[in-house]
Amino acid sequence: MIWTMLDTWIVVAAVLAGATCALVGSFLVLKKVSMMGDAISHSVLPGIAVAFIVTGTRSGTAMFVGAAVVGVLTAVLVHAINYYSRLEEGASMGVVFTVLFAIGLILIEQAARHVDIHPEHVLFGAVELVPLHLVQVFGFAVPRGVLMLLVVFAIDLSVIALFFKELRLATFDPELATTLGIHATYIHYMLMVLVALTTVAAFEVVGSILVIAMLIVPGATAWLLTRRLLPFLVVSVGVAVAAAVLGHIAAITVPPLFGYVDTSTAGSMATVLGCIFFVAMFCAPEQGIIARGFDVVRLRLSIGTQDVLGLLARAAERPGTDAGRLSASDLRTLRRSPFAARRVKLAAILGLLRMKGLIALRNGSYEMTVRGKEQGRQILRSHRLWERYFYDDGNVDMSELHPAADVLEHYTSARLGDDLSERFAGEYSDPQGRPIPDKE
Amino acid sequence: MKNSILSLQKKTRGAAPVQEPFAPDPADTSALHVRDLTVAYYRKPVLWDVDLDVPHAVVAGIVGPNGAGKSTLIKAILDLVPHTSGTVKIFGQPYRRQRRRVGYVPQRESVDWEYPITALELVAMGLYRKIGWFRPVGQAYRKQALEALADVGMADLAHRQISRLSGGQQQRIFLARALVQDAEVYFMDEPFAGVDASTEKAIIEILQRLRADGKTVFVVHHDLETVRQYFDYLIMLNMRIVAAGPVSDVFTSENLRRTYGGRLTLLDRAVDAIGRTPE
Amino acid sequence: MMVDRLLRVLTLADYNTRVVMFGTVMLGVTGGVVGVFLLLRRRALLADAVSHAALPGVATAFMLVMAFGGDPRSLPLLLLGALVSGLLGMVCVLMISRYTRLSQDAALGIVLSVFFGFGIVLLGIIQRMRGAPAAGLNHFIYGRTASMIRSDALLIGVAAIVVLVITVLLFKEFRLFTFDPGFASGDGWPVHRLDALLMTLVVSVTVIGLQAVGIILVIAILVLPPATARFWTDRLAPMVVLSGVLGAIGAYAGTALSASMPRMPAGAAIVVSHGSLFVLSMLFGRVRGVLHELSAQRRLSRRTLKQNLLRALYECEETGDIATPETQTLHLLRARGWSPRELRMAIRLLRREKSIYQSTDGRWLFSEAGRVRAARVTRNHRLWEVYLLEHADTAPAHVDQGADYIEHVLGDELISELERAIPRFGKVVPASVHVIDSAGRPT
Repeated sequence: MIWTMLDTWIVVAAVLAGATCALVGSFLVLKKVSMMGDAISHSVLPGIAVAFIVTGTRSGTAMFVGAAVVGVLTAVLVHAINYYSRLEEGASMGVVFTVLFAIGLILIEQAARHVDIHPEHVLFGAVELVPLHLVQVFGFAVPRGVLMLLVVFAIDLSVIALFFKELRLATFDPELATTLGIHATYIHYMLMVLVALTTVAAFEVVGSILVIAMLIVPGATAWLLTRRLLPFLVVSVGVAVAAAVLGHIAAITVPPLFGYVDTSTAGSMATVLGCIFFVAMFCAPEQGIIARGFDVVRLRLSIGTQDVLGLLARAAERPGTDAGRLSASDLRTLRRSPFAARRVKLAAILGLLRMKGLIALRNGSYEMTVRGKEQGRQILRSHRLWERYFYDDGNVDMSELHPAADVLEHYTSARLGDDLSERFAGEYSDPQGRPIPDKE
Repeated sequence: MKNSILSLQKKTRGAAPVQEPFAPDPADTSALHVRDLTVAYYRKPVLWDVDLDVPHAVVAGIVGPNGAGKSTLIKAILDLVPHTSGTVKIFGQPYRRQRRRVGYVPQRESVDWEYPITALELVAMGLYRKIGWFRPVGQAYRKQALEALADVGMADLAHRQISRLSGGQQQRIFLARALVQDAEVYFMDEPFAGVDASTEKAIIEILQRLRADGKTVFVVHHDLETVRQYFDYLIMLNMRIVAAGPVSDVFTSENLRRTYGGRLTLLDRAVDAIGRTPE
Repeated sequence: MMVDRLLRVLTLADYNTRVVMFGTVMLGVTGGVVGVFLLLRRRALLADAVSHAALPGVATAFMLVMAFGGDPRSLPLLLLGALVSGLLGMVCVLMISRYTRLSQDAALGIVLSVFFGFGIVLLGIIQRMRGAPAAGLNHFIYGRTASMIRSDALLIGVAAIVVLVITVLLFKEFRLFTFDPGFASGDGWPVHRLDALLMTLVVSVTVIGLQAVGIILVIAILVLPPATARFWTDRLAPMVVLSGVLGAIGAYAGTALSASMPRMPAGAAIVVSHGSLFVLSMLFGRVRGVLHELSAQRRLSRRTLKQNLLRALYECEETGDIATPETQTLHLLRARGWSPRELRMAIRLLRREKSIYQSTDGRWLFSEAGRVRAARVTRNHRLWEVYLLEHADTAPAHVDQGADYIEHVLGDELISELERAIPRFGKVVPASVHVIDSAGRPT
């Protein structure tokens, strides 16, 4: 890999583009209007094209004005078509952005002789060309594209900081926002203008389709990781920055591994973003598919250990010398044993309990240790309180008490347990007349 | 194992149906037979262990507070939502084999009324099953649909687009569509919601006519004041069946209190806890 | 010279034009027909995600064919790649919405952009490969009809016929399950399988449309014609036919435009043609067209204004307090809370239809026909008041407003029903349920 000044500028441009898009796009994801980003990023094209044709240059100001106008126009048109045709909103968007994009495309093709803009760059961006157009700022030669992105990033950041409260309310509860005097519609249009500006600025770097990846995927990834707004924005921007850096590195290093030359940085950024999202979808600490799978296993094991302890605690109430002692086969063959057909599961759970020092194996039978006895008692208590509850308050048949309580006992949090005990303060027996163990 | 929680049995109170040793199994004789029906959305139980045996030729109301699972009961019976457990039989056969004998009136809000069809075309949908795959709706069927529309007093609006009908008129064409299904058991999800007085009267007349013809009708209902007047059988639901039987037997203040009043609040919290745990 | 070329294209003088025109028009018809059900199923943007997701498939197919020494420009193989990755994209959308709590909207955006991005990566590699005829691939993005050859058009034709035959055969079933899936499923129809079939049709149309219209705009041939057709009909069968016809017209016009003008990309030209038809229909459409709605609103508000003035004048006559033009004007202004401008407008309207005339002393008086009309309007209003009061448990204070609102919207049929409901008045004008004060205001 040969890293040059060009690469540095490319990465700077990509990072700025990613961060700006992620910042604004987060609100699209939160407001559940992601596809408006898609619609606007397509439909700013005629705005840009007209600006080009009118001014004859790639003047930043003209482009931004054109884009902002078309951005608002898109939102208004989508709404109007939705209102008159009563089609679904997706269809209204489809109508607006395809027609506007087609008009923009024709304008660019027609004007291509006069102004320097290429239809392909519209789609893929031309981040590789960004370092070639330099302007002087305070004596430093900075690529024009980077400067433009910096300006828009500053605008986005300050608008979002200024309207942070309003944005939070408008994204989470638009109706409440309106009743509080914050007009959700204005906030919506403000957001659409920001999206349009951002799209234009990021346009040279990533192109009009891939800008959608920058807008939506970081926010969607953040959505999997957190639900608080500030961390959400931080994660979203962080993901975009990481994707920008990794994307460019991948673009110049991965294809050579397969014997090709390099490839498009913008496309590579989008692909890296997709990979990050995919990883988050599986590995997110709480909502990830794997984490939820683990939770299920942990829950099953915890229910299983509680069941064994409960069975042993009941056995301890029997009279006789082998009170509190059960063999593995006893545990499977007892009436209502949840382990009747689960030899392997039982073995795993017994192993776990021994590891935790809650039960001990003596002469082929299991019995609870002192700590195990304490836990077993709590489980039995919870079980019998539930039975009592069903019988007294719940109008449930005696024969059905046990299975119901059997499940509920595992879901009894400390609070819920306290409330249950309070309900039955002074009760010492379950409906079948067996004692309810004390709390302490 | 978790299903066991859902098999709570009612404590038999009052006149429990005593089963003769050689009496026919209620599963074979009742119009609707439900055992142990449990439905959970994302593991949060919505219906718990519903048992029902409803005789035929009755108009049965289903009442209960919001979130009691009234619509879900109908949808579960019709296989529109997956059951966690339980069996449903219609005239002694699983629902799958009895589809031809069952008619359904969904909630009015469940469809897009801007859809480009006319009242007549909507009603004709009830005949599609009879018409069969691929064949278009023929003249004879259209006539039949028109008759059903006339039956609910809507003949002159047959060619109007459905969004241009009032709420009561929309409900009437939904009913007409069920009527042309020519079923023996009907399930109607809130047919009285948001209709005018004359439509309500018209619907009641139709219900009574259906009963006279020996059909069984289940109606999800909200208005307790009209229960005695409209129904002869009542199912009181609040996640579980609180009571089910002839209106005169079960429509008591005690049952009402147990349906609408004191829920098992601690149980609700436990159910929430179960719902929050991952699949 | 351009006109000559346009004429030659429009009359299909050249063989090449005929081939291209056949392909795009067939595509337009199919897109229009299938699009109707896509829109009614409320999944319009899914087609957008599918078309973008097709790009990596096309690029992969290209690379594979090249690696095995075939001709990488073979359309069927490229489209096969597009089909596979388009379907994969659709599956990803459904998976993301199922396994995360993200909205489907976000899932669409993610799949659309990430798949497309990966496609660009592959395209970038291909473009930097030596000896690869990569130029052909770019046409998939913007669409290019000029390169369409006979076999391509035939492929589109066959696919179109298959899709159309399926739609015609299953018209009734598609209508049922797109309208009311709950009822359809309860009625024993295999809703999930019908849904899968419809989505397969959508993906097929998208894929065969890629070459002509391009990835970005192919969704337009599915969405625009049905959206346009909706402005002209309230029924499904005419909508499907119209949508197919509109699809053909747009494709024909667009292709002709693109073939006869320089630097006019075909896909964009087709979409802009469709767009023009849409704009025209939205403005002038018979069903919910903007002008139609506006004029209906205007008619209603004018009728309301006229009826209100008729009744106000009638009630003035009843109270007998219309001695001078000044008191009459004052009366009328107060009675309805009109501004002088509104009153002048109402008077002008009534005068134009010769319901009233100005007497020599400047007062406004009823003509023969006007009095009959006024009596009818007043009678209807009061019948409604009585009805609402007796049958609908409305508090009397609100009756006036309720009756005001209803009476302008309802037709004769309802009035005769109203008369049946309250038979005791016969044909006379009942007395008002309010006491009308000397200013003509109900108290």
